[in-house]
Amino acid sequence: MSDAATAIKSSEAGTDSAVAIVASRTSMTERILRVVIPVAMVALAIGLWQLHITVNNVPHYIMPAPLTVVTTLFTDWPTLYPSLLVTLRVTLLALALALIGGVGLAIILVQSKWIELAIFPFAVILQVTPMIAIAPLLIIYIKDPQTVLLTCAFIVAFFPILSNMVAGLKSVDHNLLNLFELNGASRWQTLIYLKLPSSLPYFAAALRIGGGLSLIAAVVAEFAVGSAGRGSGLAFRLLESGYRLNYPRLYAALVLLMITGVAIFALTSLISWLLLHRWHESALKREN
Amino acid sequence: MLSLTDTTLAAAPATDTAPGRVLVSMRNVSKLFSNGTLALKDMTLNVQRGEFLSLLGPSGCGKSTALRIIAGLGEPSTGSIDWPSSQLDSRGKPKGDIGFVFQEPTLMPWATVFSNVYLPLRLNGVSKSEARPRIMEVLTSVGLADFHKAYPRELSGGMKMRVSIARALVTKPKLLLMDEPFAALDEITRQKLNDDVLRLWRDSGITVIFVTHSVFESAFLSNRIVVMRARPGQVYSDLPIKTSLTRDSHYRTSEEYRATTDTVSRALQEAIEIGAAGK
Repeated sequence: MSDAATAIKSSEAGTDSAVAIVASRTSMTERILRVVIPVAMVALAIGLWQLHITVNNVPHYIMPAPLTVVTTLFTDWPTLYPSLLVTLRVTLLALALALIGGVGLAIILVQSKWIELAIFPFAVILQVTPMIAIAPLLIIYIKDPQTVLLTCAFIVAFFPILSNMVAGLKSVDHNLLNLFELNGASRWQTLIYLKLPSSLPYFAAALRIGGGLSLIAAVVAEFAVGSAGRGSGLAFRLLESGYRLNYPRLYAALVLLMITGVAIFALTSLISWLLLHRWHESALKREN
Repeated sequence: MLSLTDTTLAAAPATDTAPGRVLVSMRNVSKLFSNGTLALKDMTLNVQRGEFLSLLGPSGCGKSTALRIIAGLGEPSTGSIDWPSSQLDSRGKPKGDIGFVFQEPTLMPWATVFSNVYLPLRLNGVSKSEARPRIMEVLTSVGLADFHKAYPRELSGGMKMRVSIARALVTKPKLLLMDEPFAALDEITRQKLNDDVLRLWRDSGITVIFVTHSVFESAFLSNRIVVMRARPGQVYSDLPIKTSLTRDSHYRTSEEYRATTDTVSRALQEAIEIGAAGK
């Protein structure tokens, strides 16, 4: 940005060069408020929750107080931590596989409309079939519960990534395609230098959707399939604590799931910002 | 930057009918689109080396189609494009000989000005370090050397167009095809870019085919104006434009320029009327 701003002095840049946009700087107050307001609101909500429990003397087997939940988080950490790792592993592995599979298949699909016609029905069928309905079937065919969870999370995250990437790879500026053709670009060069970069905004959207969905699917699948006590994820801990009326631990497991979800959202948002902030409208501030 | 080495058109290569001077010719080219539109019918045009030729005509006369067919974007339905003295690649197109400037700047928004201009060389396997001097040279010639790290969104419309022109020229093509490149720009920016294109043409000896619907632009730039008619798209008249004056801001207000625009306007008016009558 600063290069462009200083370079305006150049007398050779033409009469219109001074129109170059110079980034406006966010004021310090606004930056502070951007952090303070959301944090204060969450703190207020937690405070009201604590107040409600204390004032109305709600027993902890109905609803635990936030302080109790935090304490339980520490005392039950030896039980909760391995479960968190299991859920995280399933989620991230499923997301990674869905990204590789979704992007890879999208690249193959857009090579020819015949390939697309042949393969797309399967992708749609897979998408519209409720995962929770086929999870009990999968456990019959795939013996290992962890693999079933992974398969379910993969199926759910895969389709949005595939359809986003197909749309992205297809919505390339036609004149840029002409330009590549004029310069004798190979199919490979067109993919690497034009189609993949121009579908980055679609990839970023796919990443954020897929990240959230794979966590949800990993949890839902565990509800449906169970994990027979070994290698249990957070969903199993939720069920278990519910049956035992151990609500503080149930809430603690929920909080861990929420934190995981927020962390995945923050991470995928950061990645999409890194990919797009230099050029794409979605990541730019409006200048007026 | 605007110091002109050749000051008069007489010094520039003049129209010549000798066969060795023909760079590209369209022979009886017709183009029928799949929706049934006959965009071009039996169009024949010989483009001389070093010529600044404007294709002028009402919208729908097929001037952009003709330009694209010359570039090799889309095959003619009948007829042929001949390159009498160019080396052709496996697809029958002259290798690296064509630069194309679209109506929009058509830059890659994710790439810097430098990378955008590097693209044609990159696609032809030239390494970045090898290409750097040429890229900076061509960016300097359009007055944007200081902006090589900027992204397209940081540039004004006129500057984006300059990048587009630099990209078209970076391979040192023999033929520069421009498809209404300045139609979307304001008058002042457009005049400035016209001056620059004229300077680049004079300095490099490149052949230019310039599609426009502006009488004034074509009369200012060209040493040959081909007026086209619509329904079907064909050459209506072929006007050599000669002047002893330097084509600069004084030329824009000269009597000679006025006379030229009168002639061209009349030819265009006739072409429009004949096209409307569908004769």
